[in-house]
Formats: sequence, structure tokens, C-alpha cells
Amino acid sequence: MADDVHALVGPYTLDALDDGEERSFEQHLALCERCREELAGLREAAASLAYAAPSTAPPPELKQRILTQARAERPNVVPLKRRRNWTAALGAAAAIAACAVVALGIWAASLSSSQDPVESVLSKPGSRLVSMGSSGALAVAPDGTAVLEVSVPPAPSGKTYEAWVIRDGKAKAAGLFPGRAGTSVVEIPRAVHPGAVVAVTLERAGGVQQPTSKPLAQSEKVRS
Amino acid sequence: MIGLVHQDPPAAGRGRELAHLSGEALLSLVASSDEEALAELYDRFGGTAYGLALRILRDEALAQDAVQEAFLSVWRTADRFLAERASASTWILTLVHRRAVDLVRREDRRRGEPLEAAPEPTAPESVEEEATLGFQRRVVQEALQRLPPEQREALELGYYGGLTQSQLAERLDQPLGTIKSRMFTGLARLRELLAQAGLEGSFSP
Repeated sequence: MADDVHALVGPYTLDALDDGEERSFEQHLALCERCREELAGLREAAASLAYAAPSTAPPPELKQRILTQARAERPNVVPLKRRRNWTAALGAAAAIAACAVVALGIWAASLSSSQDPVESVLSKPGSRLVSMGSSGALAVAPDGTAVLEVSVPPAPSGKTYEAWVIRDGKAKAAGLFPGRAGTSVVEIPRAVHPGAVVAVTLERAGGVQQPTSKPLAQSEKVRS
Repeated sequence: MIGLVHQDPPAAGRGRELAHLSGEALLSLVASSDEEALAELYDRFGGTAYGLALRILRDEALAQDAVQEAFLSVWRTADRFLAERASASTWILTLVHRRAVDLVRREDRRRGEPLEAAPEPTAPESVEEEATLGFQRRVVQEALQRLPPEQREALELGYYGGLTQSQLAERLDQPLGTIKSRMFTGLARLRELLAQAGLEGSFSP
């Protein structure tokens, strides 16, 4: 009986089970590492069969219909915030699969001549993105070059945002910026090494030597 | 000490950037509600997806429905792809296949009988599609031709015909166990042949 269940992996891969069989095989799949292995191996071969069918250009309006429906279901992030989401998503992409990492590497290399500071940090080998929660992200290269992307509204009059590099309990001033609607991109003028965090506080205009308020945004610790 | 402040780069030219990304990276952008990444994935796989759906459904309106629902599933569930052990193209084409098979079975129930096995359609394809996909198609078709006929038949009737293993057993007048085993062995053999042709894992442009 147990062998019968394993034998369903072929028909399952081809979507050739009826609803009841499919449900029971999926329950089995959750418990059976061997079948999951086999499924992963066979799935690529099954999907390759799609290429043997003649590819046919769909009517042009189909694309628009799909995109319109997608937008209605889950509105896109506003354009000014897109950039931050884009960076965050690249961090996720880098974590998922070797092929994605390779592709990103090639992609980043193609951008290395770009003037964009985030892209120039991310094009360095071994660079990574460090989360700042919902406020943004920090791009850091192994040599300590770092660029902050943070979403904070324009600072009130008489105030400024100040970035800090904090390590071993000591905060060092790392630049002032005014904030804006959308994402501010701030090049950090000091090296950010493993163990450090980067934080942002709201301070009086002109900046201060040590933070006087709680951080509005703070990165996770940079790992080596 | 004043940090340098930059403006967001204009969105123009982003399409060109996306063209460099792997399908897997595009899916992670889709997971964060990036419509342009969804559009790029559609540009890459829409033609193959529609050709597959048309072969299974043999009806343009139904095939469009299948492709639309599959790409909306991509939009809704791209975050789940992160846990999948598959390339982006495999994952997307698996969703398209499943939707098309669901629709063809619904149609069959409505008509009270399974459709005849899909004949090779003769729909015209664009020159551009042909140039990029022609090589993959030839390799897969050659691999299919090298399978033992009974295994090829089981894969074709199952995958393109949308028949369940039980319908197939009945149609071919074979025990169910034989059908299961032909499907499994046929897929395993196909995988070997594609690997020999150097194509395994290369289906994500």
C-alpha cells in the first residue's frame, strides 16, 4: 500500500490525479522526503514539455488584462517608495537560490559603472543588505563602504536628521540629511564594520556630537 | 559633516534593468508588489504559457483564461515560491499547466466526455518567439521521440491531454499500476535525455 502512494509521484507531477487522489498524495508528500526529492527532480522535466508545444503569441490585450487585474487586487507601492521595496526584495532574492545570486552578480556587475551609490555598493563582491525594519535598508560592502536608504518625511523646521554608526556602545556622527517624501539615499562617510549598527535620529539643525533622542530607524547589526 | 543626499532615480529605463534579472529574482520583486517585474515575467513566459494552454484547451478564450489565472496566482503567491525547489520558469509553467488542466476537466464534465487527445496544433508563432525558443523546443521534441512509445504516449496524453491516470488506464485498457509506472519512468527518462542534451536546469532564461 505504501508503495502505491510513492508511485503516485509520476501522475502527480503531470497533474494526472483526480482531486481526491491529489489531496491524499499531498498529505503524503508533506511527510515523505523521498517523494519530495523525486518531485523536485521530475518537475523540471514535466515543465520542459511546455516548450514542446508550439509557442503562440497571446493577444496583446491579455497582458494588459492581467496587469490591470493584478493592480486591482494588490495596489502597487507608490512610485517613490518603489526603490526601497526594490532593494529589500533584492536582499530576499540573494538569499533564495544560488542561481539568483549568480544572476544578481552579473546584473550588479553590469551596473558597476552606474553613478547610483546603492548600486555601486551592491556591485562589490560580498556586499549585503541589512534591514532597517520597515524604514529602509543599509547596503554595506566588506570594505565598510555603506549607503543608507531610509524613508523619513521632511524634517520640521529647525531640525535635521542625523545618521550614526554605533559600535561597542559608542555612537559616531555619520552625516546630516533633511528627509523627503519618498526615500532618502545617504552615503555614510565612515566605514561600517561588522558588529556596527547604523541609526537615524532627529536633532536640532546643524547636528550634534552625540544623539539626544531615541533612534527613529535602526539597522540590524552588520554581520561579518 | 553633511551626508550626500540623492534623489530617487527616475523609473524610466527600469525595464532594461529588469531584463538582466533572473526569473527567480523577478519573482522576489513580484512578491513585493512590483508590477513591472510581473510584466517582465509575462514577456518571458507568456508565449510558452499560452501555447501550452492552447494545446491543452484548444480554445483561445479558455486558454487566455488559464494564462490569466496562472499569472494572477504568480502575483498572489510569489512569496511562496521562495520555499520551492524549482526554477522560476518551472514554477510558473506548473501553475499554467494546473490551471489549464482544471479548465479542460471542467469542460469535459460539462460536455459529459473527455475531449479527444490533443492533435498537434498548427497555430502560427511569432518569429521572435521562434528564434528564442526554437532550440529548446527541438531538444525537448527530440528527447520525446527517443522515449519508448508507450512512455511517450502516457506523458503526452497526461500532460497535453489533461487526462487523469484512471482515464488513461481506461482509454489504453491497461492496469492503473502500469500507467503510473509509465508516467514515472517516462519523466525520469526524459530528465536523463534532457541532461544529456545539456539542457537540464537551463529552462530559466
